[in-house]
Amino acid sequence: MKKLLLLGDEAIAQGALDAGLSGAYGYPGTPSTEIVEYIQRNPEAIEKNIHRTWSANEKTALEAALGMSYAGKRTIVTMKHVGLNVAADSYMNSALTGANGGVIVAVADDPSMHSSQNEQDSRFYSKFALLPAFEPSDQQEAYNMCFEAFTLSEKYNLPIMMRLTTRLAHSRAGVARKKVLAENEMSFPQNRDQFMLLPSFSRKKYQKLLDTQPELVKESENSKYNEYFDGNDKSCGVIACGLAYNYLMENISDKDDFPILKIGQYPLPRKQIEKIMAECDEVLVLEEGMPLVEEMLKGYIPTGTKIKGRLDGTISRAGELNPKTVRKALGLPEIPSEEIPTSVVGRPPALCDGCPHIDTYNAINEITKKCGKGHVFSDIGCYTLGYLPPYNAIDTCVDMGASITMAIGAADAGLFPSIATIGDSTFGHSGITGLLDAVDKKANIVVVIMDNDTTAMTGMQDSQVNGRIEKICLGIGVDEKHIRVVTPLAKNHAENVKIFQEEVDYNGVSVIIPRRDCIHLFKKRR
Amino acid sequence: MKKDIILAGVGGQGILSIATIIGYAAIESGLKLKQAEVHGMSQRGGDVQSHLRISDSNVFSDLIPHGAADIIISVEPMEALRYKPYLSENGWFITNSVPFVNIPNYPAIENVISDIQNCKNNIVFDANQIAKDLGSSRSMNMVILGAASLFLDIAYEKLEEGIKFIFGRKGEKIVETNLNALAAGRKFAEENS
Repeated sequence: MKKLLLLGDEAIAQGALDAGLSGAYGYPGTPSTEIVEYIQRNPEAIEKNIHRTWSANEKTALEAALGMSYAGKRTIVTMKHVGLNVAADSYMNSALTGANGGVIVAVADDPSMHSSQNEQDSRFYSKFALLPAFEPSDQQEAYNMCFEAFTLSEKYNLPIMMRLTTRLAHSRAGVARKKVLAENEMSFPQNRDQFMLLPSFSRKKYQKLLDTQPELVKESENSKYNEYFDGNDKSCGVIACGLAYNYLMENISDKDDFPILKIGQYPLPRKQIEKIMAECDEVLVLEEGMPLVEEMLKGYIPTGTKIKGRLDGTISRAGELNPKTVRKALGLPEIPSEEIPTSVVGRPPALCDGCPHIDTYNAINEITKKCGKGHVFSDIGCYTLGYLPPYNAIDTCVDMGASITMAIGAADAGLFPSIATIGDSTFGHSGITGLLDAVDKKANIVVVIMDNDTTAMTGMQDSQVNGRIEKICLGIGVDEKHIRVVTPLAKNHAENVKIFQEEVDYNGVSVIIPRRDCIHLFKKRR
Repeated sequence: MKKDIILAGVGGQGILSIATIIGYAAIESGLKLKQAEVHGMSQRGGDVQSHLRISDSNVFSDLIPHGAADIIISVEPMEALRYKPYLSENGWFITNSVPFVNIPNYPAIENVISDIQNCKNNIVFDANQIAKDLGSSRSMNMVILGAASLFLDIAYEKLEEGIKFIFGRKGEKIVETNLNALAAGRKFAEENS
């Protein structure tokens, strides 16, 4: 069959589809978004009516996936690394309930923070939860691993993590497909108590999970994704995890003859690790993200084989790997290259021309002119760019939904005015519960829900709250008189500033909804 | 055969279309490829790049090493220069000369152009004007691709097929406009390299 040219994300999606997927769940987040998007537009998925709509957040997505697994079907749930923090409660507990139909938790990490607020490494979560994880080195492996992960998931009744990083998630290569499997029939879990985590059951399930660990290590030892390449030069062996293997292969030549252990499946394969540690004087660990493997091998008090990697400074502690850093770590001479000419200046991302957020920030800036800077708590989305000049309109961005809740805390501390700015999709993701807190406490804050009718940052995905924001606010208990809808346009500036001022002056919870389509959505709809 | 290509521009200028067409043509030619893209926040008017690696043998790294690129194809002159550390000693700059100014401190354009012209191999030209003369400013990216086609070692017809493949659903007229832009860019490079 002809190869498909697929992003790593798309290879994950195609692998899941071909393995008899019945439902995909997720919340958009760079670099994971294209997994669900691919399934949404895939003709075969549409014909089979595979579930493929976005969820309100990563936690609701993972729980829905568990429900589908409970009913016996194969399911994938997708998110970016910080999304797994939101879904951590269900992920950790899914290790105890396990799966009925196969479950894949596909998480895309973003080392170097190309489009993220931190660079945490999701492999720590899989180790924390005692769940297996796959880490592909290329697009074909991403497809194959995803296809096979369902079998492993159903063999041990455990969810499996697929860990990707930016450079694989957003890189294309040819991928060959396997024969398509049929979907599972619906079936209840074999034991009625499988998904029942009352303490007495949980204790037994936790013990069972612990008892399963040696078998999972054996699976890893026998996995074709953990491959040992022998070599005669034992002075320094290399352990390369996932994508790091490519940077290693890019730099070595036929002359090189040292042992290499390629890691693609976790928990770590003990047998192969013991071998490389026993054989070599030194071991260099190449891993994308944080030094998980390196730290495990080193231990708290290092003894025996010398371990090199991110902890001893051989490789920078932060940031993603690249061919250059790996080359240096291998002790090879640098390839000559020129500097960036001094005429080149930075070009940071910015709000687009015609963006509705610009008019909202112009109105807010009129208000903060009087009270000074430091009063506007913001959130995750395109509008975070409002921190930068020429707007300088917002003061914080921490995590999804933190605008409203931080505004509450600051108001509690005596800050006035205390203003939150949050996008429609982020409000649906994690803002609603914060607003409930505000209403309950009668916090003196102004919540600005900037409704551009889409999840713009990640490329125009539907938002669950579109068309129902006022009703949600009313239902939570915001006073109807203090839910104000404005149209953020330059011609309405004076009127909008007046409305903002009125709501700042009101002692209680106000909601202002500046509503205008994202300029890209507007162009698409026109 | 091995070509390492950096594609550069500003979010929204259409470098991903160039990448998709070369990628399609490479696969149709039976070559192996990897193509790393930038998605997410940078697409909001920031600098964007794509690493495209084509070879008849296995391609490992998704990223091109420093000092290894054969060609930098750019739709914006300063963005071409940003990736100079990636260019190999005998590599080529193929770039538009028209600046995309969305920052207050954009450098003097003469300095940018002369920095490019001081490099060993370069084609720097006004692709906006060529596209405009053909009646479609939006196909500037295909003019640039046409100029670069001279250095790709991929059959020109395969690039034409790529254009038909990605623009086909937008109608015959759009396909034709883009094919004309490709041809005009190619012609310019043939006459000026």
